[in-house]
Amino acid sequence: MHLALFIIFAGLCVAGALNLLLQRHPINSALSLIVVMSSLAVLYLLLGAEFLAAAQVIVYSGAIMVLFTFVIMLLNAGREERTHGSKLAYIAGFPGAAALLGLLTYVFLSHRSEFGQARLGEYLATTGDLSQVLFTTLLLPFEVTSILILIAILGAVALARKEH
Amino acid sequence: MDTNLIPFLLINLAKVIVVVVIFLMSVAYTVLLERKLVGRIQNRWGPSRVGPFGMLQPLVDGAKLFLKEDLIPEAVYRPLYILAPIIALGCSLMSISVVPFGSDVKWHGVQLFQISDNNIGLLIILGITSIGVYGIALSGWSSNNKYSLLGALRASAQIISYELALGLSLVGVVLRSGSLNLRHIVDVQATHGLLSWNFFGGFQFIAFFIYLMAAYAETNRSPFDLPEAESELTAGYHTEYSSMKFAMFFMAEYGNMITVGCVATLLFFGGWTTPFGNLLPEPHSQILVALLSIFWFVIKVFGFLFLYIWVRGTLPRFRYDQLMGFGWKFLVPVAVANIVVTSFCIGLLPPAQ
Repeated sequence: MHLALFIIFAGLCVAGALNLLLQRHPINSALSLIVVMSSLAVLYLLLGAEFLAAAQVIVYSGAIMVLFTFVIMLLNAGREERTHGSKLAYIAGFPGAAALLGLLTYVFLSHRSEFGQARLGEYLATTGDLSQVLFTTLLLPFEVTSILILIAILGAVALARKEH
Repeated sequence: MDTNLIPFLLINLAKVIVVVVIFLMSVAYTVLLERKLVGRIQNRWGPSRVGPFGMLQPLVDGAKLFLKEDLIPEAVYRPLYILAPIIALGCSLMSISVVPFGSDVKWHGVQLFQISDNNIGLLIILGITSIGVYGIALSGWSSNNKYSLLGALRASAQIISYELALGLSLVGVVLRSGSLNLRHIVDVQATHGLLSWNFFGGFQFIAFFIYLMAAYAETNRSPFDLPEAESELTAGYHTEYSSMKFAMFFMAEYGNMITVGCVATLLFFGGWTTPFGNLLPEPHSQILVALLSIFWFVIKVFGFLFLYIWVRGTLPRFRYDQLMGFGWKFLVPVAVANIVVTSFCIGLLPPAQ
């Protein structure tokens, strides 16, 4: 049951990500991104991270992507024009991407024994467990992140403010 | 679990079908209730010709909408134009799946009065509501019509802004009950009848009024119905829709109203518990207990629907800048203050047990 759900939503996630790159219209790409985010939420749920899954849907697919589509609708962005791309992309881009992929694969495979084992549907982290960790052992990073976000908001307000 | 997977699936499928049928019927009759009540408020009769007291009007309306020609204008972006009402109605139907309708009655180990009983029920409702925006946003954009686009932009901005106040207003209740499970939130309020409801005994009435106002804005209902303000935008985001596609938006709106009523009942008014607490003797029959719980739940939700319609018949529409100012400068700070005061009270006062 869990494996079937995993295969369905992992496939959906990859398909959405590919569609995101291949679509020419920005709103289709944005909608594919929503599919990717929501399938990721289901994968979190399968791994037992309930709160994370709900937060993923509420924050990413619900709020942030609405702003994306909002901007696309406001600008009424048209179809993307296909160019042949720069030469640099062909010369440096593809080998670079392949090298990065190879490096990551190598690192993950060589350190496989040090990773923990996560099984589908075995473990359940309740909201209580998560907040216990977040507000005791990880309190400092949590608070620092919130200050970082506050600074970002202030920066956005300062940039958007009209000069008098 | 694998051994009895088939009966598990069958029972759940049956539950889903029953709930969807009852939900759609109640949507149809909420429309009739609205037409009747608004008629009375405006000193006229409302629908009264089809059937006794106009009771068959929803069926006739449904047949009319179903048989109308389904126009798709030339210039629309077809995939999204067709997808948008499906998203709107789908989200509206999905959010009812975590709502518990009655007391804890199990049959062959399956919860009878709730489709899915899980730990994050409240968050699931919030998540599905936040996905529901896409139905409105995409319909306005794909219609290729200025009025629709303006309506959709208004709706997205309004729903995102009020979602914040809505979410914050629920934190006080979650703090009091220490759980996001809707069934558990109701059980916490079940001890002393009316006095232990979050609205009265829990001193969450400020949170309740914030929730109510934010929820009215979330469902695009009067006095926050700017996305479909007739005098400015013709019909707003569904200007270009006809026949069943229009009906799907309509059903989604009324479905969301019912869900909001259910959530308000569960969180603030004790769900299916009686207001009399232990004053009345507990009935001996299990069936009677179950039926009474359903009765109280339906009565409370009906009260909220009545309030919705009453407000619609009474209050004038907001201006757009007033709407945004009200949401950000009044509701959000008050909701935050409510969270601070509630957590101080819970932290300082000794626990009840």
